[in-house]
Amino acid sequence: MHTVHTGETPAVSLQLLSPDGMRMRSAELDPWVADIEAEDLAALYRDMVVVRRIDAEATALQRQGELGLWPPLLGQEAAQIGSARALRTDDFVFSSYRENAVAYCRGVSPTDILRVWRGTAQSGWDPYSHGMATPSIIIGAQTLHATGWAMGARFDGADSAAVAYFGDGATSEGDVSEALVFAASFQAPVVFFCQNNQWAISEPVGLQAPAGIAGRAPGFGIPSLRVDGNDVLAVLAVTRLALHRARTGGGPTFIEAVTYRMGPHTTADDPTRYRPANELEEWAEKDPILRLRRLLDSLGLFTPELEAETQTLADSTAAELRAGCIGLPDPEPLTVLANVYATPHAGLDRQRAEYAAYLASFDPTGGTDA
Amino acid sequence: MTMITEQNSSAGAANGQAPVPLTETKTLTLAKAINAGLRRAMLDDPKVVLLGEDIGTLGGVFRVTSDLLAEFGPNRVIDTPLAESAIIGTAVGLAYRGYRPVCEIQFDGFIFPGFDQIVSQVARFHYRTQGAVRMPITIRVPFGGGIGAAEHHSESPEAYFTHTSGLRVVAVSNPQDAYGLIRQAIASDDPVLYFEPKRRYHVAGPVSPELGAPLESARVVAAGTDVTLLAYGALVSTATDAALAAADEGVSIEVIDLRSLSPVDYDTVEASVRKTGRLVVTHEAARSGGLGGEIIAEITERCFDHLEAAPVRVTGFDIPYPPAKLESHHLPDLDRMLDGVDRVLGRRR
Ligand SMILES: Cc1ncc(C[n+]2csc(CCOP(=O)(O)OP(=O)(O)O)c2C)c(N)n1
Ligand SMILES: [Mg+2]
Repeated sequence: MHTVHTGETPAVSLQLLSPDGMRMRSAELDPWVADIEAEDLAALYRDMVVVRRIDAEATALQRQGELGLWPPLLGQEAAQIGSARALRTDDFVFSSYRENAVAYCRGVSPTDILRVWRGTAQSGWDPYSHGMATPSIIIGAQTLHATGWAMGARFDGADSAAVAYFGDGATSEGDVSEALVFAASFQAPVVFFCQNNQWAISEPVGLQAPAGIAGRAPGFGIPSLRVDGNDVLAVLAVTRLALHRARTGGGPTFIEAVTYRMGPHTTADDPTRYRPANELEEWAEKDPILRLRRLLDSLGLFTPELEAETQTLADSTAAELRAGCIGLPDPEPLTVLANVYATPHAGLDRQRAEYAAYLASFDPTGGTDA
Repeated sequence: MTMITEQNSSAGAANGQAPVPLTETKTLTLAKAINAGLRRAMLDDPKVVLLGEDIGTLGGVFRVTSDLLAEFGPNRVIDTPLAESAIIGTAVGLAYRGYRPVCEIQFDGFIFPGFDQIVSQVARFHYRTQGAVRMPITIRVPFGGGIGAAEHHSESPEAYFTHTSGLRVVAVSNPQDAYGLIRQAIASDDPVLYFEPKRRYHVAGPVSPELGAPLESARVVAAGTDVTLLAYGALVSTATDAALAAADEGVSIEVIDLRSLSPVDYDTVEASVRKTGRLVVTHEAARSGGLGGEIIAEITERCFDHLEAAPVRVTGFDIPYPPAKLESHHLPDLDRMLDGVDRVLGRRR
């Protein structure tokens, strides 16, 4: 068993696909992907190419001034697609800001993914419509929310699970440790999915976790797995394993997906100030998409049809994203005061009336009270 | 007096031109002025250490701590793990040992994981120990909106801290004050929350090496006779523009930069209001429970008889900070300040 129980972070990660696209055998993981057929591999490939394209298009939109900011997921496609494709619709995701490929898998439209980054809304979608909470900008906070949701699922006798997505940097926040305590104490059906992309803005993972990340959870009483996060098959397998454990009364599982943030922290960041130049090249060799493509190739599955169809889907998604983004209307001024409370609030009602009158005073036609 | 080692100082030199402390008036941006003040404080006192996320190699997300790691080394410019409660909490321990920690909170909205340590610990040690333990901790917080940012990056949380006894709170508006007040904040034996107007980081102005007026003092930015307009942080420049615009219409506004939010320099404010008889207070923070209400109450108690009209607040609404595309409707701007001036002059409603 690779599952960590010792509190030590294993040096190697679980793998089903080597960087050159060889299918590795693993007695522990193989059963969890035994049902994966050629068309499933093709679907995973398509997903990863499309989300990389969404990411590139959003980065371009930011450069063109259409988005305020964008946090690229470049390099983390396998970690996000492999885990999100293991989920059921009745599961619930509590993520950070970078999990845009997870949102895509949860059925969030590309335009809705962009709303927050264009600054037209603070939540791009209705969490209940997609089984995915509004991404948390406060680092680590969502791990507690996932734990509480999972506690509720257990109390309700449901077999749904919560997944908390967070980064290597987040593991330093008190909230994350507290979430691990609660999850263990209440045997909550929650999967802690940590994408260790090696960096928290300019800080290397060694500053957050000198002894590694995966080794921490066992000290809280939570079994832990360390997986090659650029291997979409292995990620799918470990997430399925963890979800199965959650659904069958086994409580929480911690997964460290070892991956790499190939881009800047956000479009506002300049990684050349802190990142060794050769690092990107090393990780480019382990590119998650290239790896699956090599496997498909070796199996004779990387057909011209698959390539063309993937390209078409990526192109149309990017076009939809661009048009949707540029077409997003600015919110109506008075919505600035809407939805602070669920029920009427006298103080705020007064401020809204005052501001409506103020706005009307600029309107030569006399204006209307919106 | 300094603890710069051979190795550290040569690293500093390798980084470009050998840094020289500010010795004459120079034009600096607000961010660079804070950097110069930090550097001066670190040269003067080896017990001054900086803690924060991304403040070392990167020099902070706003580059306020640029080059200081190279000059002072990793025991004095500390890239911390990502945990605000720990940044403040370990600063308490360092202060116990006689250090003067300067903590950087990356953005206003991220101070809350450290809130408990600030409110329950930092603020109370001196009182708790009957003066035996001092907490000369400076907590630097980029604050305020107007930069089109995502949630939690544009907040004005100052009232939580002015409401907390045991903390001093300042907010700077220009490079000169930024330089003088960061040095005074670090030198203070009390904990100081030091708010930096992030949307003014890149605005340049003259900075002389002097400490300037005391930490607790407000400053009259522009003299006037009809209305006193009180502002702090980024809104000082908006208020100054409003005064210029009002002057065109024959209204004379006295603009005061509060600088210190706790304590408030009421003598300066009162003297102005006794002269003008009219007070407008502006801040980005929400109106209810904000500093404006408190200042108006105190001034009303002090010189009610000199007030010609009920004082007016021009503030953010009582809402969470809105999405970027709506922030212009939340932030007090020149027009809203002039509207407040009109109201205090009885020209509207
Ligand atoms: C409480 C809090 N503190 C600081 C920040 C500023 N911040 C945003 S992202 C980030 C680094 C996060 O790193 P990691 O958890 O590894 O996630 P990644 O960005 O690599 O996906 C920091 C410090 C924040 N958003 N929230
Ligand atoms: Mg990271």
